Amino acid sequence: MSEATREIEELTEASYEFGFSTDLDTDVAPPGLDEEIVRLISAKKDEPEWLLEWRLKAFEAWQAMEEPDWAKLDIMPIDYQAISYWAAPKQKPVLDSMDDVDPEIRDMFDKLGIPLHEQKMLSNVAVDAIVDSVSVTTTFKATLAEAGVIFCSFSEAVQDYPELVREHLGSVVPVRDNYFAALNSAVFSDGSFCYIPKGVRCPMELSTYFRINSQNTGQFERTLIVAEDDSHVSYLEGCTAPQRDENQLHAAVVELVAKDRAEIKYSTVQNWYPGDENGVGGIYNFVTKRGRAHADAKISWTQVETGSAITWKYPSVILQGDRAVGEFYSVALSSKRQQADTGTKMIHIGKDTTSSIISKGISAGNGQNTYRGLVKVMRSAENARNYTQCDSLLLGKDCGAHTIPYIEVKNPGAQIEHEASTSTVGEDQLYYCRQRGMTEEDAMSMIVNGFCREVFNELPMEFAVEAQRLLSVSLEGSVG
Amino acid sequence: MLHVENLTAAIGDKPILKGVDLDIGEGEVHAIMGPNGSGKSTFAHALAGRDGYEIGGVATLDGSDLLEMTPEQRAAAGVFMGFQYPVEIPGVNNMYFLRTALNSVRKARGETEVGARDFLAVAKQAMELVEMKQDFLDRAVNAGFSGGEKKRNEILQMAVMEPRLAVLDETDSGLDIDALRIIASGVNALRGPDRSMIVITHYQRLLDYIKPDFVHVLVNGKIVQSGDHTLALHLEDHGYADFVNHDLDDAPEKPLTGAPS
Ligand SMILES: Nc1ncnc2c1ncn2[C@@H]1O[C@H](COP(=O)(O)OP(=O)(O)O)[C@@H](O)[C@H]1O
Ligand SMILES: [Mg+2]
Repeated sequence: MSEATREIEELTEASYEFGFSTDLDTDVAPPGLDEEIVRLISAKKDEPEWLLEWRLKAFEAWQAMEEPDWAKLDIMPIDYQAISYWAAPKQKPVLDSMDDVDPEIRDMFDKLGIPLHEQKMLSNVAVDAIVDSVSVTTTFKATLAEAGVIFCSFSEAVQDYPELVREHLGSVVPVRDNYFAALNSAVFSDGSFCYIPKGVRCPMELSTYFRINSQNTGQFERTLIVAEDDSHVSYLEGCTAPQRDENQLHAAVVELVAKDRAEIKYSTVQNWYPGDENGVGGIYNFVTKRGRAHADAKISWTQVETGSAITWKYPSVILQGDRAVGEFYSVALSSKRQQADTGTKMIHIGKDTTSSIISKGISAGNGQNTYRGLVKVMRSAENARNYTQCDSLLLGKDCGAHTIPYIEVKNPGAQIEHEASTSTVGEDQLYYCRQRGMTEEDAMSMIVNGFCREVFNELPMEFAVEAQRLLSVSLEGSVG
Repeated sequence: MLHVENLTAAIGDKPILKGVDLDIGEGEVHAIMGPNGSGKSTFAHALAGRDGYEIGGVATLDGSDLLEMTPEQRAAAGVFMGFQYPVEIPGVNNMYFLRTALNSVRKARGETEVGARDFLAVAKQAMELVEMKQDFLDRAVNAGFSGGEKKRNEILQMAVMEPRLAVLDETDSGLDIDALRIIASGVNALRGPDRSMIVITHYQRLLDYIKPDFVHVLVNGKIVQSGDHTLALHLEDHGYADFVNHDLDDAPEKPLTGAPS
């Protein structure tokens, strides 16, 4: 066992030891999914009747749906009845201070550059920490409240702001949207809720940190961000999971609502456990992320996807209002036996709407990386513009890169530009760096990070540093 | 400080260097001239450690066997190569690249790394040498640089790395006269008792600015003539015809009219 592996395992052990000791015993539902389980989840969370109805409707829809098979993914069949749909600390830990947070979670935060320790907390980032789909703590609540910003766990929002949740839940991603969204709608456990009132510029970055911990459980988070007219928010999401030999299903839904002239910037650094060289273990990550941008609003997705055995993810923007702007910046890395099928959908409905897509796919080892994107210009979208750039970088001979851009234009005035490139890290680039004293691995990581520069530039500082580090770590052993 | 003996290099079955002998003393500047395709760049790469050659013979720097070392180990030992075709690295900040390079060799030598602020001072000084502006450091390594800028960047890197042995491969090619002057004065400023240089060039023009202590003529993988800088002047007048028109194995024996012996 390698040092790193041991470290990860030790950390994992530690979390069970200290994080969820006897009286915080993990409460796990028996494997399997039926209406009873949906009712159980809703009851456990003490949800209002309307939400139970909503879940049941989603469950019914899901049962009638088929798993999508159009993605370029080679997946072991998922046995939905073998998964447990509810895992949570039996009692929510009561935290007097941030320093009571599980040391392992804190360590993980430290590594993400987002310390949870009270003295070390980043002055400008509020964090919602979610372990096994249950929110364990949210920092800076009071500061945010002063500005009128609501930032809390989804469960709390259901209790404290039911009207807001009810109005927006499912408004961007309807329950029947797709197989995994329907599943999530039926069984979601927790997630984050943000509400930025009219005209408010959120005084700090909001961040949710997801950590999968339990074994044999599915993870289904729900995130909802509502930015009222003329408001502004930057939101960060980080994800990690311990090493496990079996695959774990993660099916999240994120909905963003940007009202007139509002701006939402959503950044993700996803580092779920990717499985090993032989494809054993790793997270199956099926995520539906979508935002609706009203007039003059802007929604910007930035993602750095280095983890997961399978990534199936298309953060999208519905450019509903006139002059709305949608952006998608993505770095997706597939090494070992990882497979990523990821991209975006930009749906132009309003006039003078603009979207831009910058996708950087990196394939190493036996990894397979597919960019799949849709740019759709509706008849109503006069003078819509899109710019798409898809660059693929291949490291080695056994990996693959694929670019599948769909363009559907119903308005002849649309201006669509698409550029694509595929390159390899040149021997001459590596040699040049080595002649300047760098090791081959350092050189490789520098060159790959350079390839991703345009995307990293979109990330908030702390995340950009973390993303670079992650990329380097993920590429270790890919050289030569 | 550099000792090269019967150095051979082949790609596949194709011999390119056919036994090069060269000794360079402390602080000396040697020019290597020769027609296109004679093996000048191959010689530089053989010293710098590029993959892909079958190498034979001996090359030692300060007594250490260069041929045993990886490219990065040679860099740490003090070998710097100015590339004939500097490589573009999109998205990598030039300043960051330079600092990483310097700190990589420092680390390999067990020296402390240079922090961002101290490095800025080092870089500024180096930039004055090649008359570059600050924004140069903010651009990506060689990406979109003009030919002249690329070459200046090589000299900038040399100034920062402070090598024991600099091998400059056609640093003059593709430069207008002003750029040539800037580069030459940069190189001259970097000459010193602890730094030796091999200046590879196709034209004698550069040697008007950088006066070499010795000139060697490399033809078809062998040094066929050595002399002082007047040899370069002879080549200017006569070209390489004296060498390439003869059976090359005989060339060194033939007396050269007008050339120093
Ligand atoms: N990668 C290669 N494969 C085959 N032949 C090569 C390769 N690189 C260089 N050569 C040959 O080696 C010879 C010397 O090349 P080079 O060292 O670049 O010469 P110079 O720098 O003096 O112009 C030339 O004949 C060239 O064609
Ligand atoms: Mg050459």
